[in-house]
Amino acid sequence: MTRPRVGLVVNPVAGLGGRVGLGGTDGPERPRRALELGAVPRASARAEEALAEIRARGCAPVIVTAPGAMGEEAARGAGLDVETVPAPRSGVPGPLGTTAEDTVAAVRAVVAAGVGLLLFAGGDGTARDVARALDGAPCVVLGVPTGVKMHSAVFAVGPRAAGEVAAARLGGAAPGVRDAEVMDRDEEALRAGRTASRLYGWLTVPDVPARVQQRKTGSASAAYDTSGGIAAELVGRAGDGLLVLGPGTTTRAVAAALGADASLAGVDVLDLRGGQAVVVAKDASEAEILARLDPARPCHVVVSPIGGQGFLLGRGNQQISPRVLRAAGGRGGLLVVCTEGKLAALQGRPLLVDTGDRALDAELTGHVRVVTGHRRISLYRTEA
Amino acid sequence: MTAHTTPAPVSPDQARIAPKPALRRFHQASWDEKLIFELGSPGERGVLVPEADPALPAPELPAALRRAEPPALPEMSQQQVLRHYLRLSQENLGADLNIDVGQGTCTMKYSPKVNDRFVRDPRIAALHPLQEEETVQGVLRIIHELEGLLKEISGMDRVSLQPGAGSAAIYTNVAMIRAYFAARGELEQRDEVITTIFSHPSNAACAKTAGFKVITLHPDADGYPDIEALKAAVGPRTAALLITNPEDTGIYNPRIEEFVRIVHEAGGLCSYDQANANGILGITRARDAGFDLCHFNLHKTFSTPHACGGPAAGACAVTADLAPYLPVPTVEFDGERYRLDDDRPESVGKMRPFYGVVPNLVRAYAWIMSLGADGLRAAAETAVLNNNYLLHKVRQIPGVEIPYAEGRPRVEQVRYSWRKLYEDTGVHSEDLGLRAADFGTHYWTSHHPYVVPEPMTLEPTESYTRADLDEYAAILAEVAREAYEEPETVRTAPHRSTVHRVRPEALDDPSTWAVSWRAYRRKILGEPS
Repeated sequence: MTRPRVGLVVNPVAGLGGRVGLGGTDGPERPRRALELGAVPRASARAEEALAEIRARGCAPVIVTAPGAMGEEAARGAGLDVETVPAPRSGVPGPLGTTAEDTVAAVRAVVAAGVGLLLFAGGDGTARDVARALDGAPCVVLGVPTGVKMHSAVFAVGPRAAGEVAAARLGGAAPGVRDAEVMDRDEEALRAGRTASRLYGWLTVPDVPARVQQRKTGSASAAYDTSGGIAAELVGRAGDGLLVLGPGTTTRAVAAALGADASLAGVDVLDLRGGQAVVVAKDASEAEILARLDPARPCHVVVSPIGGQGFLLGRGNQQISPRVLRAAGGRGGLLVVCTEGKLAALQGRPLLVDTGDRALDAELTGHVRVVTGHRRISLYRTEA
Repeated sequence: MTAHTTPAPVSPDQARIAPKPALRRFHQASWDEKLIFELGSPGERGVLVPEADPALPAPELPAALRRAEPPALPEMSQQQVLRHYLRLSQENLGADLNIDVGQGTCTMKYSPKVNDRFVRDPRIAALHPLQEEETVQGVLRIIHELEGLLKEISGMDRVSLQPGAGSAAIYTNVAMIRAYFAARGELEQRDEVITTIFSHPSNAACAKTAGFKVITLHPDADGYPDIEALKAAVGPRTAALLITNPEDTGIYNPRIEEFVRIVHEAGGLCSYDQANANGILGITRARDAGFDLCHFNLHKTFSTPHACGGPAAGACAVTADLAPYLPVPTVEFDGERYRLDDDRPESVGKMRPFYGVVPNLVRAYAWIMSLGADGLRAAAETAVLNNNYLLHKVRQIPGVEIPYAEGRPRVEQVRYSWRKLYEDTGVHSEDLGLRAADFGTHYWTSHHPYVVPEPMTLEPTESYTRADLDEYAAILAEVAREAYEEPETVRTAPHRSTVHRVRPEALDDPSTWAVSWRAYRRKILGEPS
């Protein structure tokens, strides 16, 4: 049997800005400044911790990685066999000098060498670079969290957890994968004085709900399909009419259960009749959504919270603007769908709305009905 | 392996003076015992079964039920049988053998052995459910009197012991709620049942099975059942509130009367899941908080054995308004004779064949009668004291958290979280439980729904001594210390049990299930069927 091959790409500068209060380390200047301020690199050490966990769990994969601080050091430190692939470097000066382009080149080289799982160590910026490098190519990815904020849903809860999930996958015990959101701070919003996250893309990650709970003997698996049940419940509430469907895996699966092929990252307008839906506007802008709405027909906005964070509105779905929400009847027109596992993963934290319209935010806060399955609804707190 | 080698031999003198270690040096027995079908030999005999007396009247067995050949039973002497089962019992962590306060929300308590003697008495054991009423007046009296005791304990007007278990009793209550609204012509309108996320999940499951939509309330920011969420949930569609109190986190809902009032004002009924009644016996009653229905699990609160998941017994208690819908038959008493009444046109019907799980009804009756009213209250108070004593000890262990209603007391159980320990060490709650088995104690996980990360639910009831609780807390502290200092020891546990980890994948594949000797021969030994 051939030995399993695990890819590794480390962004050595990820997380440098955290302790010294610089925030993220995108671009060449901030890492240098962070080092001047006394920041200690931690990405490689945390990657090594993840690999050590793989080894401690009895797996001995070959680590396919880029030279030096971009992965080789961590793999050797963990005592695993290493195969380095040559990746062009941009030649930025300095002890850790790498750029986003170096991450992209390394990911492409590692994946081209053939790996069953790609680990990367970094933050949201690194996750965006990985998504850009893969550009939709099929590859199962898992993030070792070493960045500053990690809004994305592609990271394990910690380095050891990353190693545990990787080992489970290598041992054949983690068969499922799911598409997870790559998020990052919205720089435009930041310039306008607001903090907001934006959806930048999707990566395929192992479906191990370690953040919630491991599988327990005798318990029902958490992975059973609820999208059909949610769809049936949604039809019962929305009747015939238009649906403005937010992005996400849950909403997309619900659309599929209604017979429609919705976009994963965009906002779509669906026409629902007799329990079947067709997409009438795909990946629509605010203006396109408003153009499709028909005062003569009932309209509902269907959104699902961002996993782990709970944002319903204002993150990755700004197309569903206050005007769109008001056109759908405000609070009465908002349908929230979510799996019970995803709600549980919020650990009691509230759902969040940030539409940019304070009056509307106030209207949407309080308690919202969340459709979690066939004839199943949770009453959940919502805050602005 | 790690630090669990056999201790160095000591001389008899040393053994006499050496203090006992804080933690026991447990090792489970390994007998490598064969299956009973593989034991014995032809002609070996345990008992001689007498020939049936042809003079005694006996119904003729239908021809279709008769065997062509005698069954292939093992032939063994009595001593062989006794030895076989004693050995098997030593390869288990049986309920009578260990401190099993870690069995989730199961309310493990001592089931007095004397009560088993009543059950084995031929006057109970030899009864048949098809006997004529005149010949079973004694057991009907026990059932009728037990119903009376549960009426007093709950404050309700009428009780049925027909359901076969706790969840069957919840389903019975939901069925009665359905019948109540159907009789009023409101069933179509009232299609929603409200519950809380930390009420026992059988409430949600039974409501859904009975055709209702389930509205689940999540805790408020303080960790208590969210009264604002309840206000947002109730309306003309509300059929009922199904709620556990204290919840499975051990948190008591201090606004329970207000919950009931809000649901009543919306026209709904309120049903109290008394699975956690062990901490409130004799202190508060479902009726006093305004509930319309409630149910008890006799295997939890009233000491009847859990018996590996069955047979259990449930009890439904209702107000007079709901009494017409109780399951049939009911036990009626006219002052002279007891009889079973099947002629109740508004009844929801039978929940199981015949009437109740009689052996467990007898045990529960004996338990309540032996304790009396003061004794029941003392049991509840001791259970609460034991729980808060254990809570005090466990919260000092590094890596433990007690989520929801932080810093507030708990009633009779606590759902702890090892989230921090897991994030620090990579060791799961389940691993800790398997390691706890190396100290001869039980730690299993019943924490549905899985909302609290890395959960551990301890319910120490009134049966355990302070020394038991000290030992249990010391085991948890030791296992947590190992998780931080030598995690491999915990992750690869158990080391001192007969069987190492069970591979749960086998449970997913029907081709590997062997629940009978015949299936074992076919699937495991590969013999032709």
